[in-house]
Amino acid sequence: MIEVQGLVKTFGLKPVLRGLDLEVPAGAFLTVVGPNGAGKTTLLRILATLSRPSGGRVRIAGYELPGQADLVRQWLGVLSHQPLLYGDLTAEENLRFFGRMYGVPRLEARIDATLQQVGLSARRRDLVRTFSRGMWQRLSIARALLHDPPVLLLDEPYTGLDPDASAMLDELLRNAVGQGRTVLMTTHDLSRGLMLADYVAILARGKIAYIAPRSEVDAEQFGQLYAQVTSRS
Amino acid sequence: MVEEMKLASPRTLRILGGLSAVMVVIALVLVFLVAPQERTMGEVQRIFYFHVGAAWIGALAFLVALVTGTLYLRSGKTQYDLISLSSVEIGLVFITMVLITGSIWARPAWNTWWVWTPRLTTATIMWLVYLAYFMLRGAVEDPNRRRRYAAVYSIVGFASVILTFISTSILADTHPALFFGANSPQTKGDAPLAPGMRPAFFFSLLTFTVLYITFLLYRVRLEVLREHVEALKARFLTP
Amino acid sequence: MPDPQVNTGPAGPIIDALPQAAEAPETEASGAVGQRLAEWARYSLVAYIRAVAAVVWKDLVAELRSKELITAMLIFAILVILSFNFALELRLDRVGLVAAGLVWVTIIFAGMLGLDRSLAMEKDRGCLDGLLLCPVDRSAIYFGKMIGNLLFISVVEAIFLPLFSILFNYPLLSPGILLIIVVGTVGLAGIGTLISTMAVHTRAREVMLPVMLLPLLIPFILAAVKATRGALDGLPWGEFQGWVQLMLAYDMILLAVAYMTFDYVVEE
Repeated sequence: MIEVQGLVKTFGLKPVLRGLDLEVPAGAFLTVVGPNGAGKTTLLRILATLSRPSGGRVRIAGYELPGQADLVRQWLGVLSHQPLLYGDLTAEENLRFFGRMYGVPRLEARIDATLQQVGLSARRRDLVRTFSRGMWQRLSIARALLHDPPVLLLDEPYTGLDPDASAMLDELLRNAVGQGRTVLMTTHDLSRGLMLADYVAILARGKIAYIAPRSEVDAEQFGQLYAQVTSRS
Repeated sequence: MVEEMKLASPRTLRILGGLSAVMVVIALVLVFLVAPQERTMGEVQRIFYFHVGAAWIGALAFLVALVTGTLYLRSGKTQYDLISLSSVEIGLVFITMVLITGSIWARPAWNTWWVWTPRLTTATIMWLVYLAYFMLRGAVEDPNRRRRYAAVYSIVGFASVILTFISTSILADTHPALFFGANSPQTKGDAPLAPGMRPAFFFSLLTFTVLYITFLLYRVRLEVLREHVEALKARFLTP
Repeated sequence: MPDPQVNTGPAGPIIDALPQAAEAPETEASGAVGQRLAEWARYSLVAYIRAVAAVVWKDLVAELRSKELITAMLIFAILVILSFNFALELRLDRVGLVAAGLVWVTIIFAGMLGLDRSLAMEKDRGCLDGLLLCPVDRSAIYFGKMIGNLLFISVVEAIFLPLFSILFNYPLLSPGILLIIVVGTVGLAGIGTLISTMAVHTRAREVMLPVMLLPLLIPFILAAVKATRGALDGLPWGEFQGWVQLMLAYDMILLAVAYMTFDYVVEE
C-alpha cells in the first residue's frame, strides 16, 4: 500500500531524510518510533502530500507522489501535530466543511456517526475554540475518519491525551485495522507503539535504522535497541 | 545537484569583457562624435542613446527573469532561479540608470527634474516592483520556498513592465513615444529617428546587449560558486 | 464505542480508467454505485464549485461569529478617512477634488488589513494544511478565499461609502461609480489573495504585504481614480469607459496569473 524507496528530503542544503526505505502492506499497522528531529514529521508530511520529496520514490496505493498527489488525497486520513480545525466554527460545522471538501456522500449521517465514534455528540454545537486539548484531538480524529479513508497517517496522536481519550483512540485504531485500513503512526511512546502494531520501525538521523514484524520483537529488547540506535546520533 | 550547474568559463568571460570594453569605446565615439546634434535640444539629447538602450535592456532583463522563473517552477532546477535572480538585479540597475539619465535629460528639456506623467509613473512602479523582489527574497526562510516565491513574483511583476512600455501608446504624455505609438493621436512629443542618428543608436543598443550578457554571466557564475561553497560547508561542517 | 451505524466503507472503489491504481480494500456492498459516482464527481466541475462554495461558506460562518475582519477593516477605514480629513483640512466645498482618490486609498488600505488577517488566520492554526489535504484543485482554494475576501471588503464598502457621502455631504452612489468600485474590488481581492498567501509565509508579514502589493495595485488605483472622477464629474460614459476597460483587462490578467501560480505558492 505504501512504498518508499530512497526517500530524500532536504531543506535548502540541510538534509532531513537521507535515503529512507519503507514498505507497508495493505491492512497493516506500522509504528515508526524515533527521537525528535529524526524526521518523523517530515516523513509523514511527505506521505500526506503536504511536502514534496527532494529525491527517491514514494507510492501510495499505486499512485506516484508527488506527480499523482492529487489523486491520492481522497485515500488519506491525516492526523497531524496541529489540529487543523477552525476555532470559530462548531464541531459539526467543521466536519460539515471537510465533508463537503472531500465529497462525502450522505454527509449528515456520516457526521452523526463519526461524532458518536469519538464521543463528541454532546458537544457538536459547541465552538471548537472552547474545546480542551483532548477534545481537539478527538475531533481531529473524527475529521480524519470522516471520508472513510483506506490509509491513516498519524503523527504522534497520543500527545496530550488523557487516559480516557487514549483508550478511545486505542479502540478506534483497533477498529480501523479490523476494517482493513492501513495505518502508519509515528510516536515516541514505545510501549503504546508496540501494542497496536503489526510492524515496528526505528527512524534515526533520516533513515530507517531498524524494521521488523511485531511478532519478532520483544518489548524489552526493543527498548534497549532503541536506546542503542538513538544514542549513536 | 550543485555539481550539475554550468559555469561560464573564465576565458569566455574575459573575451566578453574585452568585447564589451571595445564596444563601449566605439559606442561613445559614435554617440559623441559621429551622431549629429539634435535640432531643438542640443548636446543634452545625446543622453537618449544611453537612456533608451538601458530601458530596452532593462526590460529584456526582466523578461529573461520571467522566462527563467517559469522554467524554475516547472523543472525545479536551481540554476534557473540563479539566472532569474541575477537578471533581476542587473535589470534593476539598468532601470535605475534609466530614471537617473531621464531626470538629467528632463531638466533642460522640460525644465523640471521630475513630473508624474504616465510613462514616468509606470516606470517608477516597475522599479518599486523589482525592488520588492529583493525584499521578498530576504524575508523567506526556507530556500525552496524563497526560490518559488521569487519566481512567482517575477511573473506577476512583469505586468508592470508591459504597462510601462504601453503607457505612452494609450495615455497622453509629454514623454516622447519612439517607434511605436508615434502615430497615436494622444502623444505630443514624438521623436522620429533621423538617419544620421541611426548608427549610434543601434550600435548603443547592441553594446548594451553585450554588456548585459557579460554582466549576467559574471553574476550567475558568482551565484553558482556561492552554491558550491554552501554545499561544501554543509557537507563538511555538519555531522 | 459502537461501530458507526452507517458504514460507507473505505472511500471509493477504483475506476478502471485511472492509471496504475492499486487494489482497493474490500468495500461493503451498500452504496457501491454511489461510491463510484462520488469518485467520478471529484473530477467534475460540480465538485470544483462545491469546494469553492464550501470554502466561502466556511469563511462566512466564521466571520459572522467573530466579526473580526469586518470590524477591523471598518474601524480602520473610518480612521483613515478621518486622518485624511484633518491632514488635508478638508472643507466640505473642497472634497470634490480629492473624493475619488480618498475613497480608493481607504479601500485599499482597509482591504490589505483584511487580506492579511484572513490568510494569517489560516496559517497560524495550521488550517492551511488542512485545506491542502483536501482532494480539490488548489485553485479552488484560491477562488474560495478570493470570493470570501471580496465579500468582506464589499461589506465594508457598503457601510463606509454611504458614511462618506453623509459626512462630507458628497454624493458617491451612482451606478457608474458602483460598477467601478466592483471592478476595482475584484482586482484588489484577486491579486491581494495571491500576494497575501505569499506574505503570510514570510518573516515580516505586515511589511511584506504592502511592499509587494501596493506597486502592483498603483496602475489599478490610477485607472480607478480617473474613472471614479469621471463618473463623479458627471461625464458621459464614453469618456471614461476606457479606464474601466483597462481595469477589467488588468483584473483578468492578474486573476489568470494567480490561478496559474497559486499551486506553487501554497505547496511546500
